[in-house]
Amino acid sequence: MQILRITTAGSVDDGKSTLIGRLLYETQSLKIDQVETIEAKSKSLGYDYIDFSLATDGLLTEREQGITIDVSHLYFSTPKRRFIIADAPGHVEYTRNMVTGASNVNVAIILLDARKGVMEQTKRHLYITQLLGIKHLIFTINKMDLIDYDKNQFNGIIEEIKKLVNQYDWKPQLSFIPVSALKGDNVIRKSDQMIWYDGPDLLTLIETLTIEEDIRLDGFLQVQHVIRPKTEEFHDYRGFAGKVKSGVFQQGDEIEIFPSGQKTRVKSIEKYGEKKNKVVVGENATLLLEEEIDASRGNAIVKTNHSLKTDKQVKAKICWMQSNALNLNSKYWLQQGIFKSLVKINGIDSKMDWKAWKSIPTDRLSMNDIGSVDLQLAQPLIYAPYSANKSLGAFILIDTQTHNTAGVGFIL
Amino acid sequence: MNTLSHLEEEAIYIIREVVGQFNKPVLLFSGGKDSIVLLHLCKKAFLPAKIPFPLLHIDTGHNFPETITLRDQLVQKYQVQLYVGSVQESIDQGKVVEEQGKYASRNNLQTTTLLDTIEKFKFDACMGGARRDEEKARAKERIFSVRDDFGQWNEKLQRPELFDILNGQIHPGENVRVFPISNWTELDVWEYIRHQNLEIPSIYFAHQREVFIRDGQLMPSSDFIAHKPEDVFDETVRFRTVGDMSCTAAVPSKATDLDTVIDEIRGSSISERGARMDDKRSEGAMEERKKVGYF
Repeated sequence: MQILRITTAGSVDDGKSTLIGRLLYETQSLKIDQVETIEAKSKSLGYDYIDFSLATDGLLTEREQGITIDVSHLYFSTPKRRFIIADAPGHVEYTRNMVTGASNVNVAIILLDARKGVMEQTKRHLYITQLLGIKHLIFTINKMDLIDYDKNQFNGIIEEIKKLVNQYDWKPQLSFIPVSALKGDNVIRKSDQMIWYDGPDLLTLIETLTIEEDIRLDGFLQVQHVIRPKTEEFHDYRGFAGKVKSGVFQQGDEIEIFPSGQKTRVKSIEKYGEKKNKVVVGENATLLLEEEIDASRGNAIVKTNHSLKTDKQVKAKICWMQSNALNLNSKYWLQQGIFKSLVKINGIDSKMDWKAWKSIPTDRLSMNDIGSVDLQLAQPLIYAPYSANKSLGAFILIDTQTHNTAGVGFIL
Repeated sequence: MNTLSHLEEEAIYIIREVVGQFNKPVLLFSGGKDSIVLLHLCKKAFLPAKIPFPLLHIDTGHNFPETITLRDQLVQKYQVQLYVGSVQESIDQGKVVEEQGKYASRNNLQTTTLLDTIEKFKFDACMGGARRDEEKARAKERIFSVRDDFGQWNEKLQRPELFDILNGQIHPGENVRVFPISNWTELDVWEYIRHQNLEIPSIYFAHQREVFIRDGQLMPSSDFIAHKPEDVFDETVRFRTVGDMSCTAAVPSKATDLDTVIDEIRGSSISERGARMDDKRSEGAMEERKKVGYF
């Protein structure tokens, strides 16, 4: 079965690390020496129980402050499936980390404290998961033990969440699980404290969840590397190697190079030196073309009948990730997949005001802001809106001075 | 796509990005199983051409001889160039001082040799076989991890990594550490070795060895580590990681081939780095070493 990539989001003290720690522990993914370290540490901190958050909070500064301040990657598996968890922090200042953690996942687990229900943070987590277009959301209502496993309170929270989700056009698959991470209820086995709950426990749900790549999207490959062996045996070999970012390629397909517009056909397809008839999204492929055509790194190979847009001007939602604000007229490097172009900020329409919970006009985006921006590229871009095709509609902005990844964009 | 193909696709994409984005990449090669897997992935990434960058081995001088023999065979087989950075030379030149006492190891000393070698050859991207599941500070490591002029890792200034977009833009003097098999686990590495039929050093399989016990761990007896001759005894062991002989502990094992090794790891209750004395020095031992440029 396919690897399942999960992100986790929750407010401070919702018990997120405890939940993950329990998943790792109960699936025997934490080894004895790691558990011993955690036990000893918990004891020395004066806790009465094992604090599993000590397993996931990797950096010294985090252990000192008791909060997660960066994305951490955790691995566990069951006989049924391999899992990768990008553990994103719950602290209010760290929106950018949640966006980062959520960018590569199939599923988001959002934690709520059953005593508190939907909080400001929950709304923001939902906003970010819809921005990223995550298809599966699992809401775990934690600390059910502290509300006496009350069914009505749980159902009340579910209704509130459903209302929030209905505000958006995006229609994710939703699941709701009442748990106690500390006691282990409904984490890896069904709880006998909540016989009224007829859904699966968390582990069973993530073990059985199906994820599908849409192969009907436009065939698209960005040239990563031109393979030219320059040996006697492969004298005239020119292979355009890259990842199929969308759709499918087959031998004989009519293709065109972007931006040159030259057209030809796929003569043959190879993968790691072996012939293939067909390659699909996610696979690395080497395309050999019928005619000698110029294409270099960053150029795109697309099927001639594509529905993609090409333009030097795009509008995008941007999540800003560095302390130097995004300003009007500033220049950045835009990187979409491996394609890079200089870009100028032509306009900043609005940003999300988390307190008023609405878009407000602005002329800058500061760290953790999410807003709508008009961009002017130096080179033409071939793209699709993010909502239609994630891998062709996402980009990062790179600061031309510091070279840091300054923000991430989702083309509208 | 199954787990192994998924991980292979991801790693090869990263390796090709390194060649696309950097002028002088190098593969850090220890001769251990992870770097052998990485070398194989590098070969696949550029077929039918050869690997377009050299290997760099930081030689502590305290190697398992089996590792060096295989290293040299692989260099022949994959037709790659090998550079060696010698810790002994750094000691002879007075750049580092050999540690003293019963826990003395050259593990920390190799950082200086690594940084000097990177500077000498002007490597701008160093690929390595580190994995995030190995240790909790590694769990936060990026795939492209930028190091400053002093080779330092600053955990608070890491670049966010989104989707599959890798930002390798750096200033002159900086370099990037790249970890293409970040998302692999120990078991994935073993299953890939079996699937691709890769040769690995014999010390990964059960063999008779002279060992002694230190802090509850089976340490290999060698000239590189101070111990009393009367403490030494014979045991059937294998190694789960291959580092410096002075800091790599063995585990009792009867696993003599890949199938039995894999079964053993599946059933193991101790983590892979549980046998690494270098990680046990303090709570944040790995993080502290990474901050000063350790691989």
